[in-house]
Amino acid sequence: MKPSLSRRDFLKTGSALVISFSLAPELAFGQAKPAPLPGSLNNNRMLNAWLRIDADGSVTIFSGKIELGQGIGTALTQVAADELDVDLKRIKIVHGDTALTPNEGQTAGSQSVENSGTALRFACAEARDILLNAAAAKLGVAANVLSVNDGVCTAPDGKTAAYWDLVADADFKREAQAKIKPKAASEHRWVGKSIARRDIPNKMTGGAAYVQDVRLPGMVFGRVVRPPSPGARLVSFDEAAVGSMPGVIAVVRNGSFLGVATEREEQAIRAREALKKSARWKESASLPPSGDALFEHLMTKAKSEDSVVNRRTSATAPSAARTLNAVYTRPYQCHGSIGPSCAVAQWSGGKLTVWTHSQGVYPLRGELAKAFAMEPSNIRCIHAEGAGCYGHNGADDVALDAALVARMTGGRPVKLQWMRDDEFQWEPYGSAMAMKLSGGLDAQGNVVNWRHELWSYPHSTRPGASKGVNLLAGRHLEKPLDPGSPPYIPQPAGGADRNAIPLYDFPNQEVVKHYLQGAPLRTSALRTLGGYANVFALESFIDEMALAAGADPVEFRLRHMKDPRARAVIEVTAQRAGWQANAKGDGVRGRGIAFSQYKNLACYCAVVAEVEVDRTSGKVRVTRAVSAVDAGQIVNPDGVVNQIEGGIIQSASWTLMEAVRYDRTRVTTRSWADYPIIHFNDVPQVEVVLLNRPEERFLGVGEGSQGPAAAAIANAIAHATGRRLRALPFTPERVKQALA
Amino acid sequence: MADFTLRVNGATRKVSSVAPDTPLLYVLRNDLELNGPKFGCGLAQCGACTVLIDGRSARSCTVPVSTAAKGSITTLEGLGTIDKLHPLQRAFIEEQACQCGYCSNGMIMAAKALLDSNKSPTNQQIRQALNGHLCRCASHNRIVRAVQRAAKEMA
Repeated sequence: MKPSLSRRDFLKTGSALVISFSLAPELAFGQAKPAPLPGSLNNNRMLNAWLRIDADGSVTIFSGKIELGQGIGTALTQVAADELDVDLKRIKIVHGDTALTPNEGQTAGSQSVENSGTALRFACAEARDILLNAAAAKLGVAANVLSVNDGVCTAPDGKTAAYWDLVADADFKREAQAKIKPKAASEHRWVGKSIARRDIPNKMTGGAAYVQDVRLPGMVFGRVVRPPSPGARLVSFDEAAVGSMPGVIAVVRNGSFLGVATEREEQAIRAREALKKSARWKESASLPPSGDALFEHLMTKAKSEDSVVNRRTSATAPSAARTLNAVYTRPYQCHGSIGPSCAVAQWSGGKLTVWTHSQGVYPLRGELAKAFAMEPSNIRCIHAEGAGCYGHNGADDVALDAALVARMTGGRPVKLQWMRDDEFQWEPYGSAMAMKLSGGLDAQGNVVNWRHELWSYPHSTRPGASKGVNLLAGRHLEKPLDPGSPPYIPQPAGGADRNAIPLYDFPNQEVVKHYLQGAPLRTSALRTLGGYANVFALESFIDEMALAAGADPVEFRLRHMKDPRARAVIEVTAQRAGWQANAKGDGVRGRGIAFSQYKNLACYCAVVAEVEVDRTSGKVRVTRAVSAVDAGQIVNPDGVVNQIEGGIIQSASWTLMEAVRYDRTRVTTRSWADYPIIHFNDVPQVEVVLLNRPEERFLGVGEGSQGPAAAAIANAIAHATGRRLRALPFTPERVKQALA
Repeated sequence: MADFTLRVNGATRKVSSVAPDTPLLYVLRNDLELNGPKFGCGLAQCGACTVLIDGRSARSCTVPVSTAAKGSITTLEGLGTIDKLHPLQRAFIEEQACQCGYCSNGMIMAAKALLDSNKSPTNQQIRQALNGHLCRCASHNRIVRAVQRAAKEMA
């Protein structure tokens, strides 16, 4: 908090601050902007950036969005095939290569179908129009009499011209106009169908599918030795002893960055162990308190920048007859990718090539260029899949590690993978958060005021987001690289305050953000940013309000909700789950419901969770979950189901089990034994209902179910036992304590 | 350093100048260029590196190559190919039983070991057999369905 202003004074000015942030720089400086184009076309305006048709009959589409196992490659191909009128199998897709594809920033925020899908849809519709006109000219007929089947245009007299015969006449090297209307849903052949993902067969048979599978001639293996704690500095290590170990090619030290390259991978692991043993570090206690004390620290002691992100007031609403207050907390949590972060780097003639599972090859290239003081054009970043990331994990960091080590191997490429403890100790975590809710009910039991106050460290410190270099090794170099300040993410998407603004119709409401500065544990984007914790708090608290009002949770939500699409997902979820209004929990079993529209602008999702509470052990099992989703027009129904279903189960794991452990100096979470996640025996059955709206625009789904699942579980436990749990995760110890 | 002769997927493969305590995983991935088994934790906690040794599922990240050389090793590549899929591979594809697919190797190999000893496992038996395998994308229910589908096809 700024010392010159009291908190109250600062809050008064908060709203105005937010508005100034939401102005785009171009507008602020009065520069002329070109006409806006749909989706990512706006920033990548050339048609040939998006597709290419070759004389050999191949059709290639390019996307800056990359495959994370979410099926985007398949979904984008479906969109393109429909607009172009070609077979799905004919289309190749190239994603995420700074030498080949458009710059679409990060593959994040559940925006790939919305942004890349929309761009490809308009680009391909326009390309088809250009091709049809070329065919018409060639065949001497009007374009509108042609029919098209898999790229072959047929005139009424039976003469044909195929797209690939028209390559010379159809110029895509032009700026898109986006004037050609894409097809109506009724004309789609591929969009809306559960097309099997194109990447899966290779993955199920041991094909080269991941960055870990990249093998280059002369390639060697690298490992890093990280400091034992965030505040540690390297004092000394026995370079000679390690240098003489079998297979060691280079030991790389730069300040507190320590790495090794060897001929064989297991040699790198052994050299890493030897380096760890001989290294002497100067450590300092730089971490915040843990456990309950953390949240007191966040709410009262940590330095914060405070703002009102939303305020609505009503002069006519009745006053509150009753007021409730509650504080909810969420600990630091891990992405926990199954495959530790990995990259392959090679230097050649002053140029750097990196194979990476980064979510954004262009932003990563920019950071590497800053780190090595090079022109970005001398760096190529090529995406290759990694294990699922669920946000900003170590993918970008390991690229710098590999590049630093590869500078010392005489041009031989280096494949560098983190060890499990590197990942657990150094991935940027989802920030710990505290949410203080208060609300008033009038005499009729309706919500008349609502306040949501939250404390959080930054949720997005991705590459490209600041003026600095936020790649982990940068902080350990002899001349450290400043990670820069994280960006301010304005509403309506929001960052820490994502989904803190209720969609319910409350006459008075206020949302206040305390944005904590100087994250002592590195934090960044974990699936939903602040959305998971805010929805957990908001949707738990609305159940607490419903209980106080003596109302059924479904009825209470509907009573305060006007948006018909939100109402529909709540109603369908309740109905499919067999919701019985006002049913009582039996002490062991219960059910709860929760809702959100992700970012208040992407998919609508409601979840009913059913739980069983073992009152002796305190263990909670989610036995069943039901969810209805409205994602606007659905490109691939099974892809949506997979995301929602996976999101619910992953959220159950976060909610019941997960918290990063640390003391005042070190992170003590190092292996899966320290950070258990959900296992098969505890995974609930999940039923997903899709409310397809083919005439509506795409709404992202990748993060839609995370928040509602958490609150539905909390509400189900409260329904079962009569006890409200407000501190995540709901471990057996916490549950037993609550039941005592 | 020593030389080893391994039996992998029915073929004899020689590897030279390898330390005897080298985990099998690195020999399979780097010397034999097999992509199926994955490095996940190096501690036998996650299952991504699973192979079969003499028909039993084993965590190749902690099995020394010198021990593995005494048995017959099967990896994901040994079950089937893209053109000639094993029923388990076909079932995982049919059920779209993954998101990222990084854990799939371990799931399929553990399921193979299960179906070899129990031709028609119950839902609960499948969950129990896979319980020590971690999936972070949370495709668990699809994986169970895929194993059931494969069991039916193989019956």
